[in-house]
Amino acid sequence: MTATLTRDTLPGEIPEDVVLSLHGVTKEYPTTPPVRALRGVDLVVNAGELIGVVGPSGSGKSTLLHIMGTLDRPTAGEVTVAGHAVSTLADKQLSALRSRHIGFVFQQFHLLSGYTALDNVADGLLYTGMGLADRRDLALQELQRVGLGHRLDHVATKLSGGERQRVAVARALVGSPSIVLADEPTGNLDSKNSDAIVDLIEEISASGVTIVVITHNREIAEAFPRSVSLRDGRIEHDSEAG
Amino acid sequence: MAKPLIPSKLHAVDAARTASVGLRTRKMRAALSALGIMIGIAAMVGVLGLSESSKSDLLAQLDRLGTNLLTVQAGSGIGIGSGELPVEAASMISRIGPVETTSTISAVDAANVYRTDLIPSGQTGGITVQAVDTNLLDTLAGSVSDGRFIDAATGSYPTTVLGSVAAERLGISVVNGTQQIWLGDQWFTVIGILDEFELNPDLDRAALVGLDSAATYLDDDNVPTSVLVRVDPDFVDEVTTVLAATANPQNPEEVEVDRPSDALEAKEAADDAFTALFLGLGAVALLVGGVGIANVMVISVLERRSEIGLRRALGATKRHVAVQFLGEALLLSAVGGVGGVILGWGVTTIYANIKGWDVLVPPLAIGGGMAAALLIGAIAGLYPAIRAAKLSPTEALRSA
Repeated sequence: MTATLTRDTLPGEIPEDVVLSLHGVTKEYPTTPPVRALRGVDLVVNAGELIGVVGPSGSGKSTLLHIMGTLDRPTAGEVTVAGHAVSTLADKQLSALRSRHIGFVFQQFHLLSGYTALDNVADGLLYTGMGLADRRDLALQELQRVGLGHRLDHVATKLSGGERQRVAVARALVGSPSIVLADEPTGNLDSKNSDAIVDLIEEISASGVTIVVITHNREIAEAFPRSVSLRDGRIEHDSEAG
Repeated sequence: MAKPLIPSKLHAVDAARTASVGLRTRKMRAALSALGIMIGIAAMVGVLGLSESSKSDLLAQLDRLGTNLLTVQAGSGIGIGSGELPVEAASMISRIGPVETTSTISAVDAANVYRTDLIPSGQTGGITVQAVDTNLLDTLAGSVSDGRFIDAATGSYPTTVLGSVAAERLGISVVNGTQQIWLGDQWFTVIGILDEFELNPDLDRAALVGLDSAATYLDDDNVPTSVLVRVDPDFVDEVTTVLAATANPQNPEEVEVDRPSDALEAKEAADDAFTALFLGLGAVALLVGGVGIANVMVISVLERRSEIGLRRALGATKRHVAVQFLGEALLLSAVGGVGGVILGWGVTTIYANIKGWDVLVPPLAIGGGMAAALLIGAIAGLYPAIRAAKLSPTEALRSA
């Protein structure tokens, strides 16, 4: 793909073997009574892996995703993303980490309604300090990669649900992050679009991108090479571990 | 070991783009909230512009009429005189060094003016008869609207020149040389109509006759009731102090000395007071506009929590988020400020043109107006921006 030329010029890091690791991660919300969303989670994500994290609602999936994505800090335990120990980083550094190493895909897509598909994807690079023309170049390549080369100038609100999620996937990929975290990416889609997105994720994974998909759909998770099931804030089963 | 992190970065041009997202996607709301600021700024620019334009007009008027005209009048009433100046008052005054010209006015109290001899004697129309010098127009900076003024020749015949109001009341608008009015039991021929006197409106309601003709036909003794004095502009104050004693050495306390241009200057001072009042009102409007922007920004932050969450996920720092919302408030107020300056300028231009003034909008009003708008915007945007920045990313994303 032509993207490699510009990709190599991107500031960032070559992913090492372990992209993300959680060690004894606990998250407690200071409510009354306190809610323990995660209770000592250990998880290692290697470069190039495609992992499905599955669990019923309330099992701590979203909290896990937020902690993996450095949007939240654990109450206890150690999180390392792309070789950086999260506990040693200030808020500003976490932002830097997210801007270059982590791509997010959300259930609600979170596209900016007034923006075109192209600019929504280009915004994935907004906080890297790259110029607008370069951001759009990369966004164009990424939209073509997810099969939306013909929808570049469509405003987000004019796109179908499936198309919106593809735009969101393209936005997560455009910065060539070390890891892509997808939070219920098929949650707002019908089964046809849902299948298409799962196919797209597998396709992207095949190109070497590390992806963690969080879902309540056991079927989707178990179709991935590695699936981790979560219950009551603990890892119940990890297909890798046996 | 991992490479050091490269900090998140948002270029100024991108910051401006993100700050304008809210304006572009919610145009109506942006327009309405900018309107508040616009009205405030328009009021301030308009008030300053109008005050400056009217002041320049007033100064031009003063310049044209001169501030060196003094009127010497006989006081009338118990203890302040008989209403008459000594006959030789004018010639005495003209001997004061810096006096340039003098012009005598003598009220002919006994005579009334009627359109014809058939009008009942009570219906005088409030028109007075004044016997005047032939140089009155030069001294008062007055002008003839139609016909001509009294000169040495016509001044000794029964001719009259009408003040603008008097002419209107007598139903005479143009002079054809044959119109006569019934003045002091005689027919007087109208030879001219005057424009309004800006410095001596009393004469607008008078029928003016020559001093000689007043003496001959109206039995007037030509005792001056007032003397108009033009003096060297550098010595106005000095002349003012000696005028009373010169005009009436025996009873200087019975003489009133006025400077008609003082009235115009007083008007300017009164205008200044109004300007201050209206500026205050403009400031209140601006403040209300600022509160409007703060309100809209607070709502905007609440509505756009998921966008804030997304931006934090994309790598925005707290500062980037704060800059975005502060920038939006500044942009709103700048739009209002520019609109206000244009509106204020427009109002000033239209009003000044109607009034026939020069359009003068002081640069300070424009600069100050814009600065005030931006300051208000910054203050109004600060709290919402800080709130947006403090929002935790997970909470922001959850609210979608």
